[in-house]
Amino acid sequence: MDYIFDNERPIYIQLVEKLRLEIVSGKLKQGERLPSVRELALIVRVNPNTMQKALVELENEGLVYTERTNGKFVTTDIKLIEKVKKELAKEKITKYLNDMKNIGISYDDAVTYLQELGGDE
Amino acid sequence: MELLECKHLCKKFDDKQILNDINITIPRGKIIGLLGKNGTGKTTLIKLINDLLTPTSGEVLINGKKPGIASKKVISYLPERTYLDKEMTIDEVLKYFEEFYDNFDIERAKKLLKDLNLNIDTHISKMSKGMQEKLQLILVMSRDAELYILDEPLGGVDPATRDYILDTILSNFNEGASVLISTHLISDIERILDEVIFINEGKIVINSSADELRNKENASIDEIFRRYFKC
Repeated sequence: MDYIFDNERPIYIQLVEKLRLEIVSGKLKQGERLPSVRELALIVRVNPNTMQKALVELENEGLVYTERTNGKFVTTDIKLIEKVKKELAKEKITKYLNDMKNIGISYDDAVTYLQELGGDE
Repeated sequence: MELLECKHLCKKFDDKQILNDINITIPRGKIIGLLGKNGTGKTTLIKLINDLLTPTSGEVLINGKKPGIASKKVISYLPERTYLDKEMTIDEVLKYFEEFYDNFDIERAKKLLKDLNLNIDTHISKMSKGMQEKLQLILVMSRDAELYILDEPLGGVDPATRDYILDTILSNFNEGASVLISTHLISDIERILDEVIFINEGKIVINSSADELRNKENASIDEIFRRYFKC
C-alpha cells in the first residue's frame, strides 16, 4: 500500500479509500486476517489512532469484521464486495463522462474513445 | 485523571509576558502538535511542564500533581539542544541512561541503534549532527514513559532523517502514552497528529482535533498555519 497522503483531507478518510480499493481489487483477499492496528499504522506511517478510526469505518461498511481476541478480517461476503466495486466503478465512469462533456466530447464519442484506447488491456 | 493540565499558566521574564493564561489538557494516547512561529513561547511552555522553569502564576499538573520527581518518571523529554557529554561513547551514554532512569529499556535502544549501523564504541564527538539527533531521539523513545515531549525534533535534518524520526516516534511510543511535539515544520509532521495546538504571542489561539480543523477550513494544517500567521 503506498502511503502518499494529501494533507488537505482527513487522513482516515484517505485510508478508508485505500483499504477499500485493496479489498475490492482483491489485493487483500476475502477472509484474510489483517495485521494489527499498530502494525498497519506503521506500514503506512500513520498514527495508530487514525488507522483505528479508518478500520471502524470499514467495519461499519461491512468490509472488515472483528473476531474477538483473534483480530480483524476482510469480509467473505462476495456480494458486498461486488456491490462496493460497482459503486466505485460508477463513480469513476460518471467522472470520466463528465470530464468528456466538459471538453466537448459527446457521450457516443466518449464510448468510442474508451473502446479504442482501452482495447490493449 | 488527565495526563497533563495547564491551568491559567503565565510566565513573565522581567516585564515581558512570554506565556499568557495558557489552559490546555493533554489526554492519553494521542499525538499532539504544539505549533507556532519561532519565539512564541513553545519552548517556555515545555520547560514549565518539565520543571525547568517555575510559573509566574497558574499551574501545571501531571497526573494531578505539580512537576517534580514523580513527573520526571512520567515524562521523557527531548530538549531542543543536546545535553550529552561529547566525550562519552554511545555505550557509556546507554549505561548512564540505564542507571538514571528506571524505565529505560536498554535492549530497545540497542536494537534501534543497530538499525542505524552505529558502533556502540563510537564517541559522540565523532558523530555527525544528524546522527547525534537520532541517538538522542532513540534515548528518549526507549523510555517507557507516559508522555514524550519532543522540542523541535525535526529542526535542521534532511528529509530522509525526518522520515526516520517520524517512524521512530510512531513505532516506539507506548500504547496509552501521549506524544507532544513542538515544531514549526508542519507539513512533514501533520499526518501523524491527532490534535493541534497553535500558540501565538504566548497565547493558545487554536486547540482542535487535526481532522476537524482540516474539514472546517478545507485545507491542510500547514496551509491553515500559514494563513493564520501570515507576516
